[in-house]
Amino acid sequence: MSVVLEQIFQVGFLAAIIRIATPLAFATLGEMFSERAGVLNLGIEGIMLLSAMTGFTATSLSGSLWLGVLAAVLTGALMGAVHALFTVALGLSQHVCGIGVTLFSSGLAYFLYRLIFGQQSVPPSIKSFETLPIPVLSDIPVLGPAVFNQFSLVYMAMAAVPLAAFVLYRTPWGLSVRMVGENPRAADSAGVGVIATRFQAVILGGALMGLAGAFLSMVQFNAFTFGLVSGRGWVAIALVVFGRWDPWRSAGAALLFAFVDALQLRMQASGLGHIPYEAFLMLPFIFTIVAMAVMSRNAVAPSALLKPFRREER
Amino acid sequence: MFRLEARTSTPAWFNLALPLLAIGATLVLCSGLIALAGAGVIEAYGVMFAASLGDSYAITETLVRATPMIFTGLAVAVAFRAKFWNIGAEGQLLAGAVASCAVGAIPMPGPLAMLLMALAGAAAGAAVALIPATLRVKFKVDDVVSSLLLNSVIFYALMALIEGPWKDSFSGYPISPPIEDSANFPVLLEGTRLHLGVVAAFVAAPVIWFLIARTTLGFRIRVIGENPEAARYGGIHVERVLISTALLSGALAGLAGVSEVGGVHFQVMSDISPGYGYSGIVVAMLARLNPLGVMPAALFLAAVMTGAEAMSRATGVPAFLSDVIQGTALLAMLVALLFTAYRIRRVGAA
Amino acid sequence: MPAPLIEMRGISKSFGAVMANEAVDLSVAPGEILGLLGENGAGKTTLMNVLFGAYAPDAGEILVEGRPVTINNSADALAAGIGMVHQHFHLAPRLSVLENLLIGIPGKSGRIDRAGGLARLAEIGHQHGLTLDPDLPVSALSIGEQQRLEIVKALFRGARLLILDEPTAVLAPTEVDGLFSALRSMAAQGLGIIFISHKLNEVRALTHRCVVLRHGRVTGRVDAPASTTSSEMARLMCGHEIVPPARGPSTPGAAVLTLDGISTSRHSGMALRDVSLSVRAGEILGIAGVSGNGQRALAEVISGVRAPDAGRMTIAGKSVSRFSPREVQALGLGRIPEDRMTTGLVTNLPLADSMVLPRIGTGAFSRNGLLRPDAIHAFAEEQIKAYDIRCPGPMTRAGALSGGNLQKALLARELAFDPKVLIVSQPTRGLDIGAARFIHEKFLDMRARGCGIVVIGEDLEELLMLCDRIAVMYEGCIVGTLDSADATIARLGLMMTGAEGHS
Repeated sequence: MSVVLEQIFQVGFLAAIIRIATPLAFATLGEMFSERAGVLNLGIEGIMLLSAMTGFTATSLSGSLWLGVLAAVLTGALMGAVHALFTVALGLSQHVCGIGVTLFSSGLAYFLYRLIFGQQSVPPSIKSFETLPIPVLSDIPVLGPAVFNQFSLVYMAMAAVPLAAFVLYRTPWGLSVRMVGENPRAADSAGVGVIATRFQAVILGGALMGLAGAFLSMVQFNAFTFGLVSGRGWVAIALVVFGRWDPWRSAGAALLFAFVDALQLRMQASGLGHIPYEAFLMLPFIFTIVAMAVMSRNAVAPSALLKPFRREER
Repeated sequence: MFRLEARTSTPAWFNLALPLLAIGATLVLCSGLIALAGAGVIEAYGVMFAASLGDSYAITETLVRATPMIFTGLAVAVAFRAKFWNIGAEGQLLAGAVASCAVGAIPMPGPLAMLLMALAGAAAGAAVALIPATLRVKFKVDDVVSSLLLNSVIFYALMALIEGPWKDSFSGYPISPPIEDSANFPVLLEGTRLHLGVVAAFVAAPVIWFLIARTTLGFRIRVIGENPEAARYGGIHVERVLISTALLSGALAGLAGVSEVGGVHFQVMSDISPGYGYSGIVVAMLARLNPLGVMPAALFLAAVMTGAEAMSRATGVPAFLSDVIQGTALLAMLVALLFTAYRIRRVGAA
Repeated sequence: MPAPLIEMRGISKSFGAVMANEAVDLSVAPGEILGLLGENGAGKTTLMNVLFGAYAPDAGEILVEGRPVTINNSADALAAGIGMVHQHFHLAPRLSVLENLLIGIPGKSGRIDRAGGLARLAEIGHQHGLTLDPDLPVSALSIGEQQRLEIVKALFRGARLLILDEPTAVLAPTEVDGLFSALRSMAAQGLGIIFISHKLNEVRALTHRCVVLRHGRVTGRVDAPASTTSSEMARLMCGHEIVPPARGPSTPGAAVLTLDGISTSRHSGMALRDVSLSVRAGEILGIAGVSGNGQRALAEVISGVRAPDAGRMTIAGKSVSRFSPREVQALGLGRIPEDRMTTGLVTNLPLADSMVLPRIGTGAFSRNGLLRPDAIHAFAEEQIKAYDIRCPGPMTRAGALSGGNLQKALLARELAFDPKVLIVSQPTRGLDIGAARFIHEKFLDMRARGCGIVVIGEDLEELLMLCDRIAVMYEGCIVGTLDSADATIARLGLMMTGAEGHS
């Protein structure tokens, strides 16, 4: 156990936690905005995958990393709009539409990737972002190089958390989002466009999921692979519950999950070689299920989650 | 101006018309991708059709493909009827495959082996499905999320098994040892892969239909899905029915795994299911959660899958088109279902 | 008389084949309180929803201070100075009072304008005596305070016309006085008010003028409500004199339902504290009270959905041990729920399924786990005929039936099995007069046949007409029981506030 503890306080380990947490934080915030407005987005897994693909492709073709990020964000926003079209405008089952969006987006991602890059024995890769040390802060021992010598997308995730909290709790739009997720009729009678607000929140959520996908293919792996997302989207949905639909707590949940994930990666690498590494891959998922079991009793979802809004329905 | 207006009843022919409408819309939408890939739309769909339904051998291949999706489609249809959001058919299928493979590797008389494989696979699938159902009943954990996460857990457990204890030490490939020859499901038609599991699937669908439509358990499943509060006041033990539903659903998904092990692969490998569990959702929705409708719906998806591979070889359009078609079909079907609840009415301008 | 603040001309609105409003004219002047009177289903709420932009009218126009306006949504209505307090409050319980007020209000430099909101809230509170703690979550407010918040919300947005839809239905009589004085103060300051109600005494006490709706049409205009008799107004509302069904003398038998010291934990809503009561065969016992005083918990315990923490209950002399719906039903209890759509019926399934739901496991409808579709169908068909339930047949989706027909179906499914005790909540809420009359007659019929009936209700007139005795609930307790011969609305009203106890 002491070996494990020693490793926790290493720069590499801390940096790994931050890097694992980054896409989860984007995805979790994205799902949180959507759910806060009353829309469960099970399309997240597929949206992340498709965004990862378009981001990677745009960078690969143009050579510009930021153009790739932009492509991923736009893809995410577009797929968010598609999900909103089905669930908000048409009021269809959020569960089944989400699965549909995931199946569609994943299929499309694989299809287009194969179409553009063909079948290659060595998958194409891109040259990723360089780390960007922040002066002074990165000189802090241990913490500095782990937290403040990171990629710009990591800093964006760090900034996204307080920004999301500000938008949600301090702006009129954030209040509208919370209101349409709690009591859409109240929002409607106060002159707030329920449909419009939900669309905006789901699209913003999709854009954040797009950033999560971009991070995976453009920073973490520098390539697009078929198992790229491998359940991270589903985990993000659980983290929203675990984080009680709050930006700060959701980010905390992402860090906690990242800690467990980094830990199992270390365990894979350390002297437990006779156990197949896949056994360790199960751990973060089991951890998440157990965490949900512990937290769900007290977690109160937005009241209007899953409920479509039709004004004339009585 | 057009307006949606609530319907009070649905004509019977909608049951047939809506899935066909959805499938038609899907094929039209996806033809854009075929064109994008630089192939002729008619030609590509023609190859797909010929390879999946064009001759008797192709038809048997499509039937073999449809079998696991009939089972997972039934699993999802039963679960969704009760609004038990079992998105975990994939994991339950894998669990069923592993359990039946373990049993099938034990030497014993063939019929006994097959029976025990089916029982073990169904039990394993049911056990996995029990987890999200129990978590929902006891801890209010959202069943969608827990069943999705369990898919990953089961998948990695299977991988750990075939990379670890079950690994073929001779070749080093991550595949399980094969089941006994005597446990291989008998082939029903010489020269094809049409095996016993196919028949089992086509028997299971009407049995499940009967269970849903004609038994008190089925009545209770339907009622707790539509209105759990009314069910509770009506003296139905909602939690108990939910657990029963989960066990039934998981067992059906487990049988999909059994059928693949006993009739097609005879062992377990990492890609034993190309997402049949998720396809089950598409199948169930296309069938409007009707167990009898699951059969044609699964055949359609099977035809798309078999056809897509041939189309890819012939025209160079990536076979992933079949995945896009699945997703599109699911969304198109949902939109088509709007017509059962609403009709579009023209409203004269004021 | 000053120019009207709001004028509605020739408003028509239909839902499918149902004409909810037909050529309705109506106007309100500044400083005027207009009563909008009508039975349930007369079209009052629909008309106001048209004015507030929730429904688009099929024909007609709306004028604000003489100018025609188009009101497509609530934002348009608010901009035109129209505010509405709905019957079911439009509040988010988990958000704070201030957040509920500021929803839809543009912020200051991108942020929620908290300081401005607080100042405006204080100003309105000062003006009309409507004070609220801005940072409390709405879930911590009483029903009366939530209603106050709804009124403040409308004023906050600069409403010059305030619509209140049945605002007194949820209030205790003392709270009603507070509401009325606030409304009079607002009218005195030049606001127009539309007060929707079906309670004649309230309309007579508060309004300056009133419009009576029946079947969606204006059937009467009363210029001096205070000096018009109730029976005159009732005739306008119903089209004829109301003749309540006669309740003959009863000869109650042995107790068929007893509750002895029943207490529950606070699960959701008010808990029960040491509730004892008994109902005898051939007797109707009313449970009166302002909603939210434990009636729901009482109905849940009697229905076997919730087990009490303490106390005993017997049905037909037999002790209830497990408190399951199946057990109480087997002992002879029938139940007509308050909320037909959520706890009674399964709207998406055929009507027949709902009609056999509580007895599906019995030999009548299943054998060895297999359904008997013919028996189910025959039963439903028989009841549809016997109760004149208007529907195409047993396979019709239950949700497609009207409220009155659904209530008949629920009645049929319980009465077909000759219950010894019947528990009924708000039996005629939302029904038209004819359907209500039918239900009342059935209850009296059951009483004559020796059934003991518990009627939980908020409509005191209905209780007085139906019941032999009336018990009053307040804060989870029975504060007193009156013989209906001794009971008056005033006396019951006083007991409902917990002021007077009788046993």
